[in-house]
Amino acid sequence: MFGVSFRHLARVSGRSGTSISKYSIAKMSQEKQQYPPIETAMRKALTTELKPLFLDVSNESPMHNTPKQAESHFRVLVVSDKFNDLTLIKRHRLVNDTIKKALEAAGFEFMHALSIEAKTPKQWQPDHEPEKSPPCLGGFGK
Amino acid sequence: MNRISQILLRPGFFTSHLAGAARATPVMTTAATTRCWYSADATAPPASAATVDKSTLEKLVRTNKVVVFMKGNPQAPRCGFSNAVVQIMRMHGVQYDAHDVLQNEALRQGVKEFTDWPTIPQVFINGEFVGGCDILLQMHQSGDLIEELQKAGIVSELLKAQQAKDEQDAKNKK
Repeated sequence: MFGVSFRHLARVSGRSGTSISKYSIAKMSQEKQQYPPIETAMRKALTTELKPLFLDVSNESPMHNTPKQAESHFRVLVVSDKFNDLTLIKRHRLVNDTIKKALEAAGFEFMHALSIEAKTPKQWQPDHEPEKSPPCLGGFGK
Repeated sequence: MNRISQILLRPGFFTSHLAGAARATPVMTTAATTRCWYSADATAPPASAATVDKSTLEKLVRTNKVVVFMKGNPQAPRCGFSNAVVQIMRMHGVQYDAHDVLQNEALRQGVKEFTDWPTIPQVFINGEFVGGCDILLQMHQSGDLIEELQKAGIVSELLKAQQAKDEQDAKNKK
């Protein structure tokens, strides 16, 4: 049921650190803003706090039952030296907290869904593709 | 087979030896048909409760060796991430308590504050918070989940299948 659109979305979103989502491109041509506000805050915070070797943020909201231009569902892939001595859960907490603080400061609530891949430089190869999110089962916006 | 299962079963989701085990035994089908794999909300606070406090949650996460807070129930997950956790648990043949946070807003907020973790699903093993969907998935891929379950006294079906296969291989060699 969701097969086609899911594949399609997986393709358009999150290829590499320099690529931008379909939505961002649309928005960019209208205003001179590269990313929508929540994504901008996330990227900025993750970049300054975690000094990532590689960062990929993709807005997966269109995969879900959301209004157009929503910023509710995100996936991030962060590769940082700061993860070197941290357990998996501590890495995730670090990413969660970094984003939470940044969004609070910018006056946003934490997003509905955030999927995290937190890797150390050793665990990462430049050709690594971010994992794909499972298809929506309709629990959002019930 | 729906898409999520396909995603879960694609080669990258297993370490190579586990993939062999999973193919060799129909773990998923037996799990789905022969046993009840969860007891849902047996001890959950009433949906009418305004708040769910810390002591209630501390008890709740210890009512079974594995406790999952999710959206929907294991038979009908209402979120792709919750479904992924259900599928992983099914593959490992784990019996667990599942609590549907969509039925209980107080529980949904309560558990988020309890763990200081912003998203659902949330998985507890031996009363300890392990993580959400991403962490479970990575533990499953790396084999760490089998170890964690073992610490809680649960032998993963995938491990059993692998051991059975090893024995068979050893016999065949003779």
